[in-house]
Order: sequence, then C-alpha cells, then structure tokens
Amino acid sequence: MRIPCPHCGLRIHDEFTYYGDATVRRPDATAPNAEAAFYDYVYTRDNPFGLHRELWFHQGGCHEWLVVERDTRNHEITGARPARDVFSAGDAK
Amino acid sequence: MASRYSIFSLLKESFRGHRGWAPAWRDPEPRASYDFIVVGGGGHGLATAYYLAKNHGARNVAVLEKGYIGGGNVGRNTTIIRSNYLMPGNIPFYEHSLKLWEGLEQDINYNAMISQRGVLNLFHNDSQRDACVRRGNSMHLHGVDAELLDREQVRKLLPLADFDNARFPIMGGLMQRRGGTVRHDAVAWGFARAADSLGVDIIQNCEVTGIRQDASGVTGVETTRGFIGSRRVGLACAGNTSRVASLAGLRLPIESHVLQAFVSEGLKPIVPCVITFGAGHFYVSQSDKGGLVFGGSIDMYNSYAQRGNLPTVEEVCEEGVALFPFMSRVRMLRSWGGIMDMSMDGSPIIDRTPVDGLYLNAGWCYGGFKATPASGWCFAHLLATDESHTVARAYRLDRFATGRLIDEHGGGAQPNHH
Repeated sequence: MRIPCPHCGLRIHDEFTYYGDATVRRPDATAPNAEAAFYDYVYTRDNPFGLHRELWFHQGGCHEWLVVERDTRNHEITGARPARDVFSAGDAK
Repeated sequence: MASRYSIFSLLKESFRGHRGWAPAWRDPEPRASYDFIVVGGGGHGLATAYYLAKNHGARNVAVLEKGYIGGGNVGRNTTIIRSNYLMPGNIPFYEHSLKLWEGLEQDINYNAMISQRGVLNLFHNDSQRDACVRRGNSMHLHGVDAELLDREQVRKLLPLADFDNARFPIMGGLMQRRGGTVRHDAVAWGFARAADSLGVDIIQNCEVTGIRQDASGVTGVETTRGFIGSRRVGLACAGNTSRVASLAGLRLPIESHVLQAFVSEGLKPIVPCVITFGAGHFYVSQSDKGGLVFGGSIDMYNSYAQRGNLPTVEEVCEEGVALFPFMSRVRMLRSWGGIMDMSMDGSPIIDRTPVDGLYLNAGWCYGGFKATPASGWCFAHLLATDESHTVARAYRLDRFATGRLIDEHGGGAQPNHH
C-alpha cells in the first residue's frame, strides 16, 4: 500500500503513522449534551466497509498530516490531501 | 445424530476403506422461525449454539453463516490458548475458558489436538520482570497457575534463542504451563458437529442483510435465503460486527483491523512451547507438522480485506530473527490475514444492546480464539436468561460511557494500539 503524499509523491505506508477516522470532530464541551457527544467522539466509529476518510501523519517524510481516502475492502487509495486544507474547507465529511 | 467417534469406530472404518463415515453435520433448509438465532458460524457462534442446546435445553436454534464453517477467523488465528491476564475483569473469564478447553475434547467427542505445552512470556529488562511478577501474582490471586523462570531455566527450554542480544538480552520469562495450542479447524468442526447433534440448524451461505424490529424489539433477520423470524438474535460475527450491528442502527466502539499470521516450512522440534518476545510484539509456536506458526501486531489501519501489507511482514520477521537468529534462514510457507474487532479498550463485549432481543458478542481484538468456549458459554447464558454470566459481567457495552474500561495494556481509546 502506497500513499500519494502531496509533497513527497507516492510513498510506502510504513513512512506514515495512522491516526484513524478523520470525520470525527471534537464536540463543544459547553453544550448540554456534551457528555454523550464526547462518548461518541472518543469511542464510537462508523467503521465503514468501503470508503474511509482517515488521518495519516507523514513522520518519515514531510511531517504533514494528511486526510487519505481509502477503500477498507481492498486498500485502494483514491486521494490524499493536507489535513489543514480539508479542515479549513470544512468538507472532511 | 452422528455416530460417536472412538478408537472402535476408527478401526471399523479402517477395515471398510473409510466408506462409512457420515457427514459431521446436516445441511438443513432454514425454518420460518427459531427460538434463538446466532449470526455468525465461527468458533464463538457455534460454541454459543452448542451451549444453548447443552446447558439451557434449547432445541430450536439456528446458526447463520454467510460463508462456510471454518472460513473466517476461527481458521485464521495462531491457535494459542492461555489465561495469563492481569485485570480482574479478564482473568476469571479466560480461566473459565481454559478450564473448558481442558475438558472440551471429551465433551464434544472430537479430537481438537489440545496441547498444553505452556505459554512463556519473555522479559528483557528489570521493569518487564516486575510487570511479569505482578501479572503472575495477579493470576495466583485468582487461582491460576503462573511460574517465573530465570534466564538459565529459559535457556534450557530455548537453547537456540539469542540470550546475548545487545539490546534485548533474555532475562527470564513468565510461564503458564496450562496454556498451549489447539488445532483451530477442529474447534470449528467439533463444535459444529456437537451442536448439530443436539438439533441446532447450521445454515451456511446465508448472509444477514437486515434486522427486522417492531415496537417490542427484534422480530427476525432478513437473509440471502429469505426472512427468518426470532425474538432472540445474538451477533457473534467479529470482524464484521459494525456492519451487521449497523443493520439495527447501532454504532459501536469498534474498528475492524487486519491481523496477519504466518507459517514456515517444517523443521525439527525446536520451539517446545508458545513463546512471546517481550521486546516487541511477536509470538511463535511450532505445529505438530513442524512449521513455525507466528504472528505480531495488526497492520494498524482499518481494513476488511483479509490480507495485509508487506511492512508488517517485514516487522514480524525482524522480531522473529531478533529472538531466534536461526529463523533468518527458515523459509516462510504462507501468510494470511483475518479481520479483528478492535474495541476501544482492548477487551470484548458480551452484553445486551439498546434493541430488545438483540445481543452482542464482539470486540475480541487479538484474543478471540482462546476465548471460544467461554465466549459461547457466557453468550448462551445471556441469550437464554437475559442475564450476564458471572465471569463475563465486566464485558458491558456501556462501560465506555461509564468509565469502567478494562484496558489490559493501558493503550487508551486508540484501537490499533491494543
């Protein structure tokens, strides 16, 4: 499995550290349902069978956090973008 | 009921050219409804159905399997059994499982080649020795056998291990002599045959595609072979738990990850027990055919692919060679992958769900195989009585919300770190 890093090109996934689901968002700690929201944020996952948006850190390369789109059924990678671009655009979901 | 296996039936069939053996279980058409449906015909599902029939007298039970018996994780693991756990929520459960393993072959009348050859966790520095002493003491407090071996005792067992490794010298190990290995396929076949002989319908090639509910709870499951009704449905489909549970609208504290396992060419006997390498994550035993059966960590990313990638292969083999330098010249025969339910604290879930009549057996992480009999025993108890079994009471689904986690490794809510 190789990840197309936007800065470094196609690199073996061993250079990256995996940080899991990129679609979960830290909830507002002051909201009335904060306890339930934090439970979901910390513990529950969609765990999709198919397309998964996930965080990888390129620690053996450019030190960029990436949002990678990958199919969990066959490991096919269809995209990798800097996480800061994805989150600033608010479209990681 | 299938005929009883014994030395006499074997001799009789030997003289008849083995033409008289009957199939070990039936291939029934699904009925319209059952008292209990177990989704997943792996080790845990089959054990659940067997103990439902044997311990609770259930005679109207179906096991639904999307593929074939023995095709999933029950045939993809490294066959290790042990109960050398640390946490109070875990030890009684896994010890119950080990005790069931000890009498299993007579109970189900099937040779599962259970071999209590011992499980040895090596340590390589003072703090690891302290952790092993603590774990051994914790086991003793629960009446479980544990024995601390020093360097020379380990050297007698493993003369070919690298005791003078500059970074990871072997200083000793924690031995559980009652641990060992089992022939995993025989566990699936043995439980299937034993459950079938008590009237359980094992329905293969039957994938669950929907879970039907009304106001009072579950009413049955939609499958690729039509609707099958039941008021009590148990999910035992680790690896795919999130997919099946989502059919009932549940979102679980589980991620699916791929774990690889490996087997080498056949060698003369050199690894007398199960060995775990303390300076990494590597475990090895030697099969009766002589192959080294070994594994390491999961691949670390979500996967349903049942195959892994090469960096993990390299890592596992490097650790093997660090422990046993001779392994550098051993050829690897096969490797394969299985899909693990990685829970958020590294411990399993055997509990009710928010949907009435729907029960969950999931989150087994790396540890599902050794748990097979107790998992079935406790899940059957839960399905039949609606109450958790004493030794499985800690395996609650709501423990993640209440903070009663069972984090054996102290890894936190990162499932790939357990």
